[in-house]
Amino acid sequence: MWMAIPAIAVYSFVVIIPSIRGSIFAFTSWNGLTLTAPWVGFKNFQQIFADPIAMGAIRNTILLAVVVTVAQNVLGLLAALGVNRPLRTRSALRMAFFLPVVLTPVIAGYIWSYLLAPDGAVNEALRSAGLTALDHDWLGEKRTALWSVCVEIVWQYLGISMVIFLAALQGIPRELTEAAMVDGANLFQRFMRVTLPLINGAVVINTVLSVIAGLGQFDQVYVMTGGGPAESSATLSIAIVKNGFQSGHYAFGTAMSVIAAVIIGVVAATQYFVLSRRVSQ
Amino acid sequence: MIDRYRTQTLVLEIALIASAVLYLIPVFGLLNVAFKDRRNTTSALTIGGQYTLGNFRDAWVQGRLGPALLSSVVITLAVVGLIVVIGAMASYPIARATGHWPRWLFYFFAAGLIIPGQLALLPLFQTMAQLGLTGTIWGVILNGVGGGMPFTIFLCTTFIRQLPRDYEEAALLDGCTPFGAFWRIVVPLIVPVLATVGALSAVAMWNSFLIPLLYLTGSDFETVPVRINLFFGEYASNWPAIFAALAISSIPVMAAYFALQKQLVRGFSGSVKV
Repeated sequence: MWMAIPAIAVYSFVVIIPSIRGSIFAFTSWNGLTLTAPWVGFKNFQQIFADPIAMGAIRNTILLAVVVTVAQNVLGLLAALGVNRPLRTRSALRMAFFLPVVLTPVIAGYIWSYLLAPDGAVNEALRSAGLTALDHDWLGEKRTALWSVCVEIVWQYLGISMVIFLAALQGIPRELTEAAMVDGANLFQRFMRVTLPLINGAVVINTVLSVIAGLGQFDQVYVMTGGGPAESSATLSIAIVKNGFQSGHYAFGTAMSVIAAVIIGVVAATQYFVLSRRVSQ
Repeated sequence: MIDRYRTQTLVLEIALIASAVLYLIPVFGLLNVAFKDRRNTTSALTIGGQYTLGNFRDAWVQGRLGPALLSSVVITLAVVGLIVVIGAMASYPIARATGHWPRWLFYFFAAGLIIPGQLALLPLFQTMAQLGLTGTIWGVILNGVGGGMPFTIFLCTTFIRQLPRDYEEAALLDGCTPFGAFWRIVVPLIVPVLATVGALSAVAMWNSFLIPLLYLTGSDFETVPVRINLFFGEYASNWPAIFAALAISSIPVMAAYFALQKQLVRGFSGSVKV
């Protein structure tokens, strides 16, 4: 028993106690300095729901999580199906698609910022392909900033989805796919009827992981757009840091953290139950 | 028959190689720009014009990357070491002890997998500031160790539960203490999962940005991502120097990736198999 004490102590100090205090401070007018603060009920939450910037951050966070989860998993699954074939370069390919995963998000963010700049490589490629109409200030325009960050995030983390799908695909007995083939099932039918049901566990894990990561997203948004232009790409994490550390609205910031926690908790739990029920069926 | 190499497979292979090349273009851009002279205005992806090593000198000297690398290495090693030791020690009784409390303790730690980091961010910073731990590496190390516990204990406990109890029971009968049984018998058997935990925590810690940004900006212990962020602010127009800084900072993690590729990939895919 005593062997667990250091872990309990450090985990309580860093995660449990501050999380509880944060949930309480969200209902007070905490100024970030005192240990206690007067209770104000739901005032902070009312302010958030009346604040277009805060509501925008909530909307952006959900949009980013959904877009990234769908794109990352669809493309990751395609890559996994590809490198699961008996290719001569399969290990090199796997390595190439996984490499961005270990790259520091801040570094990857700056590389993409440069490529997406008004006179960057992406626009140059579009211009030389004659697609001048698509030429944009990708990170500087409200319409495209958040989507451009999504592209970077999918590029960076696609490899995680790929290796998780790949591990599941390698667990499928070859006889099953071959039997379906003998029975005349085409590629699409084999995928829908044999492969997909057997990798459902990987689908659950992958979507839960990418949704949680997406809802907590900070690094890439901070580096690439800083939440701009005009807060059009700010996520909850960005808004929490700005409110808490830059403008001193501590109670408002903790109330936003509570909203983030509720969204993440509800989404993760629903996903887990809905998708794992499908697995057991 | 499904594994035969056919024309179709060749087409797929060519298509995948083409996508992989396209996929790694940003990495090529990183290296290409890092070596370009500042006055070389060719595009990030074209090869040509003046090349130089001067960017690396600028990045190293003006970017003050040396101390940042040292700081990142110390923090990463300390966090990985503590996570492995403290996590493994806690997992043993949780996996083996009888009664209700091990199960509750397991849920207590597993809850941390879902609690989002934003919730603790501001109150924890306040506590750390009052204890004088902001601006020091200790605040960041504590954060990393505490935050890494749920995942570490989840993996280690699951792994220990699958081990046969016979050896430990024999050792206990022979007069070994529970800690002795853990240290001499369990630890050697859980080396694979400890390696996974260590590799994943090292990557996570090396790459982490938000906590070091809040705790270490302006101190003498800025980590690499924090330093790069500040360097970017100071040298906004000097992209070649910034890219040289990015390249230098990527060297340790890339070297580790190529050396430990199997463990890392297995860690990412195997750790989530439940």
